This record gives sequence, structure tokens and C-alpha cells, in this order.
Amino acid sequence: MNRPPSWIKRIYIVTVLALLVSGLAQMPIFKRYYVADIPGLGWLAQYYLTHQIHYIAAAVFMALTAYVAVMHLGRWNREMRVTVWGHARNLLVVGIIVTGVLRTLKNMPWVFFGPDLVMIVDWLHLGFVMLLGMLALAVLVAKGKRYVAKA
Amino acid sequence: MSHRNNGKSLGRRGFLKAAAASVAGAASATMLPGTARAASRGEELATLHNLAECIGCGACVDACREENSFKFPEPEKPFPTMYPSRVPVADWSTEEGRAVDDRLTPYNWLYIQTAEVEYEGETYEINIPRRCMHCQNPPCADLCPWGAAGREANGIVRINEKVCLGGSKCKSVCPWKIPERQTGVGLYLDLLPSLAGNGVMYKCDRCHHRIAEGEVPACVDGCPFEVQTIGPREEIVAMAHELAESMNGFIYGETENGGTNTLYVSPVPFELLNEAVETGPGKPHLAQVKDMMGQDENLGYAAMLAPVAGIAGAALTLAGKARKTARKAGDGEEEA
Repeated sequence: MNRPPSWIKRIYIVTVLALLVSGLAQMPIFKRYYVADIPGLGWLAQYYLTHQIHYIAAAVFMALTAYVAVMHLGRWNREMRVTVWGHARNLLVVGIIVTGVLRTLKNMPWVFFGPDLVMIVDWLHLGFVMLLGMLALAVLVAKGKRYVAKA
Repeated sequence: MSHRNNGKSLGRRGFLKAAAASVAGAASATMLPGTARAASRGEELATLHNLAECIGCGACVDACREENSFKFPEPEKPFPTMYPSRVPVADWSTEEGRAVDDRLTPYNWLYIQTAEVEYEGETYEINIPRRCMHCQNPPCADLCPWGAAGREANGIVRINEKVCLGGSKCKSVCPWKIPERQTGVGLYLDLLPSLAGNGVMYKCDRCHHRIAEGEVPACVDGCPFEVQTIGPREEIVAMAHELAESMNGFIYGETENGGTNTLYVSPVPFELLNEAVETGPGKPHLAQVKDMMGQDENLGYAAMLAPVAGIAGAALTLAGKARKTARKAGDGEEEA
């Protein structure tokens, strides 16, 4: 088979959802806006826990992305080509991963990044996520727009 | 060990007046040789508090306030109405609020905790100047989602007041709950003041402006008894061990939260001090603190290695498929 199996899409959806929720939870909003008051959602206001969930989801996301990238270059590109929208999404995903990895590195006790660089990385990470959300919305709303097409 | 009742009968102001005459003009700052050079090279600096010498006069508190007053918030009033109504207003800008000096506030970045304890048959009164510990791997800087809190190469952990939105996450994740919020000031006023943010978080920045000029922090400089010493961390740690050994004492801050750049040496165990000091909002504890970022570190390694696993998985899949195709091709040739 020269196409991605359906389990990849399912894992992606769950992982991106986990990243989105745990990423949003890094901002002090769930408590302020009563979301963490909903029974069973109190954990959304626990910063250390949501940060660890973000790391775990990021590990799955990056492993899957690397798998998909290699599989596409090695096999799937025989039947599929990436569209302009797909390239835009890939660029944003790379941006999110690079800034995320830089931020993870910075949190290691043996790594030092200056405060200004950390701030830029934080803002870029947030900016890329917002752009990815807008792109996903545009692709969803605009008919006939897809990330990949038949080769 | 001797009984210590450090200056209990003297009020802060009274003591200062008395002490001023005797120590006027004397060099009070304690800076290890090579500190300025180390700081300029971006080496980590730490401070050592010899608690056996602190009489709780508060000269450091006054020096800190005076030196850093130009950084204190001047909020715009009335404060924007914030939604939802549960969002707390933190206002220390009134005359009474600004005068508070028995806890940490946005206008008081250092205060003295006092503990009276019995240890090995002796009574001790120990005074502990409390402020930000300046952690080596600070959760406030690691977990600030906005990049407002940062750690500098010289070990100073500092909140950028131009960027901070006052969400108070830094305080929530700080093991000592050090930063304090002032509403009505900062960047949030220019964004969505009613819906997001709530001012700016303030705490000790170890007089970063003085360190940049090769000077020592105001609290170090202003202490008439040279309670504090500042220097390269390695030397300060060695000095703390030497001092602790000489007084058969105890160290706090060397390993707490994975290591900090504020070390206290006391003649009595910190467990006893922790039980004796008043703790609560703006009044940090002296308990043992595990490395708060330790677990995240392990997960971070896993996350950074994950792409390797993905690449390896794909390479194995592709190799398997290639072998399968070759086998099929071989079978076809044989059949032909």
C-alpha cells in the first residue's frame, strides 16, 4: 500500500487535541474561566501536570511526524503529492516542532538561552500554533482545498 | 554553641541609628574577589547568608526598597473591570500597602523572618532575610507561557515588567510562592484588560542593574554586619560548607529545587526554623523542596528523542516492504 494507513490519522487527531488542550492550559485561563471547576477537569489548572502531558503528547506527535515524513519520501509520494496548502501546513508544523524543541532544551538545567531568545521562541511557538489553527479552519471552510492530492 | 538572642531589644530604626555611628564609612559589602569579572563573563553568582550574624535590623530591607523604588509599579486607577468577577484585584499601591514590610509585596521584595527555637538545650533567635531564591533551573522561567520570566547567565531570575501580563503562573509554580502581583499596570492594559492578564508580577531581581555595573546588590551592600557574601557559585558553595562546618551548622538552598543561588547557613536545623517561622501569603517556608522540574526533564529527553524513534520505525517499515517486493520479484522470476 502506498498510502498512509487510517490509524495514523486517528492518532494524529487525538495527539493534536491533547497538545492543544495541554498547550492552552499553560496559560492561566482554565481556572479564570471556570473550566477547571467542571467536575473531572480540575487537572486543567495543574500547571506541572499539564506541562508533562504536553511533553508526552509532543513526543507522540514528533515520532509520528518523523514516521510520516520518512514514509512519504520513501513510498507514499508515488501516489500522493503535497499541495500548496500541505506545504504551508508542513512549514508551520516544522516551526512548531523546532520552537517546541528549543523550549524543551532551554528547560534542561545544563542549557542556557538568554531571556530575550526564550521570549522570541515562546511567541513564535504560540504564533505558529495560531497560524496552523487558521490554516486548518481555512482548509475546512474552503471547498476542494486539501493538503495532499493524487500524484 | 552559645545562646543567641540577636538584638531582640533593639527596634530596626533604633538599631540603625545606633549602628550608623559605629560603622559609618566602613566597607560593608562582602564580595568575593573576581566576582565582577565572573559576572561579566556570564558566570553564575550566588549569595551566602550567615544567619548566625543576622540581628534582623532590617537595613537590607530598607536598602532594597530605596535602591529598587524606581522599579516599583505606579498603577493606573481605576482598574479595568475584569471578567469574570472572580478575578482578584491585587492592589498594594495605597500608602498602607506600600508601607508593608513584614512580608513580600510588589513594593517589598525582601523581608526578615524571625524564628525563636530551642536546639540542643539552647535558645536561639534566628533572623532570616527572605527574597527570591534565584533557582538554578527556575520553574517560574521554565513555565511562563509568555517568556516574561527569564534566567540570566549570572544566575539572576528576573521578570520582565514590560512583558509580564500578571497571570501569576510564576507564583503558582514557584516552590516558595515568591512573586507578588500588582493590578493596573503593564502590557495587559494595552491588550484585553478585562478578559486576560491582571497586572505585573514583582520580585527581587538581585539588583541586576548594580550587578551589571560590577556592584553588589543593595541588600549585601547595606548590611552593617556583612551577613551576606556574593561570589561565583562554586566558591559560595564551598564557603557555605566551610562555614557550616565551623559552626556545626546547616545549609539551605544548595540542593533545594535542584539548586538555588541563595544559600543560608544556620547554627540550627532548617526543619526547626521552618516550624518556627510564620508562613502564608508573602511569607515563604523553609521546608525541603524537591527538584520541581526533574520529572519534566526526563519527559523532555523522551520528547526530543521521539523523532529518532519515528525515523527508525519508518526505516524498518520501508526496509520490510522492500524485502517483500524483492521476494515477490524473485518468486516471479523463478516461476517464469
